Amino acid sequence: MEIPENVKKRLSIPAEEHFYAGHTACQGCGASLGLRYVLKAYGKKTIFAIPACCSTIIAGPWPYSALNANLFHTAFETTGAVIGGIEAALKAKGYKVKGEDGIMVVGWAGDGGTADIGLQALSGFLERGHDAVYIMYDNEAYMNTGIQRSSSTPYGAWTTNTPGGKMHFLEKRNKKKVIDIVIAHDIPYAATASVAYPEDFIRKLKKAQKIPGPSFIQLFAPCPTGWRSPTDKSIELARLAVQTAYFPLFEYENGKYKINMPSTKKEPKPIEEFLKLQGRFKYMTKEDVEILQQWVIHEWEKLKKLAEVFG
Amino acid sequence: MKYKPIRKVVSGNYAAAYAAKHARVEVVAAYPITPQTSIIEKIAEFISNGEVENLQYVPVESEHSAMAACIGASAAGARAFTATSAQGLALMHEMLHWASGARLPIVMVDVNRAMAPPWSVWDDQTDSLAQRDTGWMQFYAENNQEVYDGVLMAFKVAETVNLPAMVVESAFILSHTYDIVEMIPQELVDEFLPPRKPLYTLTDFDNPIAVGSLGGPNDYYEFRYKIEKAMDDARKVIKEVGKEFGEMFGRDYRQMIELYRTDDADFVFMGMGSLMGTVKQAVDVLREEGYKVGAAKVRWFRPFPKDELYELAKNVEGIAVLDRNFSFGQEGILFNEAKGVLYNTNAHPIIKNYIVGLGGRDFTVNDVKKIAENMKAIIEKGELDVEVDWYHLKR
Repeated sequence: MEIPENVKKRLSIPAEEHFYAGHTACQGCGASLGLRYVLKAYGKKTIFAIPACCSTIIAGPWPYSALNANLFHTAFETTGAVIGGIEAALKAKGYKVKGEDGIMVVGWAGDGGTADIGLQALSGFLERGHDAVYIMYDNEAYMNTGIQRSSSTPYGAWTTNTPGGKMHFLEKRNKKKVIDIVIAHDIPYAATASVAYPEDFIRKLKKAQKIPGPSFIQLFAPCPTGWRSPTDKSIELARLAVQTAYFPLFEYENGKYKINMPSTKKEPKPIEEFLKLQGRFKYMTKEDVEILQQWVIHEWEKLKKLAEVFG
Repeated sequence: MKYKPIRKVVSGNYAAAYAAKHARVEVVAAYPITPQTSIIEKIAEFISNGEVENLQYVPVESEHSAMAACIGASAAGARAFTATSAQGLALMHEMLHWASGARLPIVMVDVNRAMAPPWSVWDDQTDSLAQRDTGWMQFYAENNQEVYDGVLMAFKVAETVNLPAMVVESAFILSHTYDIVEMIPQELVDEFLPPRKPLYTLTDFDNPIAVGSLGGPNDYYEFRYKIEKAMDDARKVIKEVGKEFGEMFGRDYRQMIELYRTDDADFVFMGMGSLMGTVKQAVDVLREEGYKVGAAKVRWFRPFPKDELYELAKNVEGIAVLDRNFSFGQEGILFNEAKGVLYNTNAHPIIKNYIVGLGGRDFTVNDVKKIAENMKAIIEKGELDVEVDWYHLKR
């Protein structure tokens, strides 16, 4: 569909679509929105590496692809290494990589493929300083294999291998702070983003494009299938995650922290507002909710302090 | 010879590094492991001395990532190279499938080293032979010269049939032993091995591709067949490339099984890699002692040289297969393959398996002589004593 120029001017995100209709994501899938925004930000001069994850399926089976960009499907734990190799090849062949008119090499991996099995390759990618962007889309479990916990699954969540039940066998560990591990690599740019805030996400993608060296974005991407949430509530959930400070949006740039949302001036909303819309949290006791709330507050205070001291 | 070779006294590992340099590799991603390390050290030295252009060196955090990075680089159109050994190769295993499945002509040198435990850094072919079913071609070098020549030919064959290739050399016996290697002037290597021209790359943004997508039951089967078709095509390509190499540089590699004094042989010793140098020497000694014996060195294990083996087997009474490797619960791997090939043919010489040299156990001319005596007795009697002989076993 052709968009009139006067409408185009008013749009706050690029009008061009490089993520085609007919992809095979579930209804309300946050990851598919994320992929669409990445393509809007970077256009077709992009090379994606996608490991085993929902996006393997979302992009479509052979001979189809929903992406109007080059795509290399790779093994689960290799995203960081593969984008490093692609970047090295482009440089050896004299292509311009990253920057405004350079080729964008993008690793697009889920939380399991990043926080767990792919952590080593991610670390190698970051410390070697490749000119590429790594995006971890965080739906907080292994959704593609049928909702098993990952180290990014939050405290109190039901998954198929933390099923709750009589023995209250729920996820007992707090969400792994992957972005903190990333920042410890002393890279120039890392940020969190959310599909509920596409302008913020695209701004961060553009920033990552301009800054030389490795960049990392952790994108909060609801999964109605795994979260047992209504398919029309994904954006609302993603927004509540930010408003409750459960998943605050911030940037780390050359040693400086900047909080984007929620506002540091007012109290975040209570965590129940985020939890109550999701079936995955229904086994939590009052005490569980309190434990999670305390963790959220603790992490939020820590982040605020970082922004205050290193802002 | 139509050219003046550059003679250098180098280790097998340096021969590999020089070959990679002369092949003008564009991306090297590697992780250190003994006894492979001096290959990548030498390549780093080439970069550091300004001896190579447009070579990106990616010092990865594991062998698994080394292969993954080579795969990314090769998919983006680069000529990619790596080297490893034993545990490193085992760690790469998953990605070896990815390389062949994505039809990427990566070349890797594997320095044959025994698998732990117990820890061993010495020669044993089980590491590379365990990768038999990954869709990689495998070339086994007898000496440092063949390491050098093998890497150059492997790139040409790999880039013709779009499959990855492994060049295999022995730990320490070749990797760290110095010998004269005749190297080829760069301009002639360039003539033999022009820049890679991939059919598809990730850099054509007007015609984007998706590599390695999901393949359902309706398609997967055909993808497998195409790999086998490429392997089969490789047999012809290997012979052509080996012949061309011989015409250009004087060392002919058209035979996938190199035959040494087999014409009138009663029985032959068959094996792969550096131990065949010892065997050839032993054949000369045995010939002087009146034994009509020869050597058959399997250069390419994948694709397997079925026809050449059949031709050989038709004309001999016995084959002693020397395996510096073992498949537990069965037998030596080359022995297993050779028997399998011959079953449905008319050629059924007595074939016996000698397990030799595992984990770097010394294997000498004298050992070959003892095996010859045993083979002679078996042939005279017309039946095997044992099928699989753990030759060195301390009893």
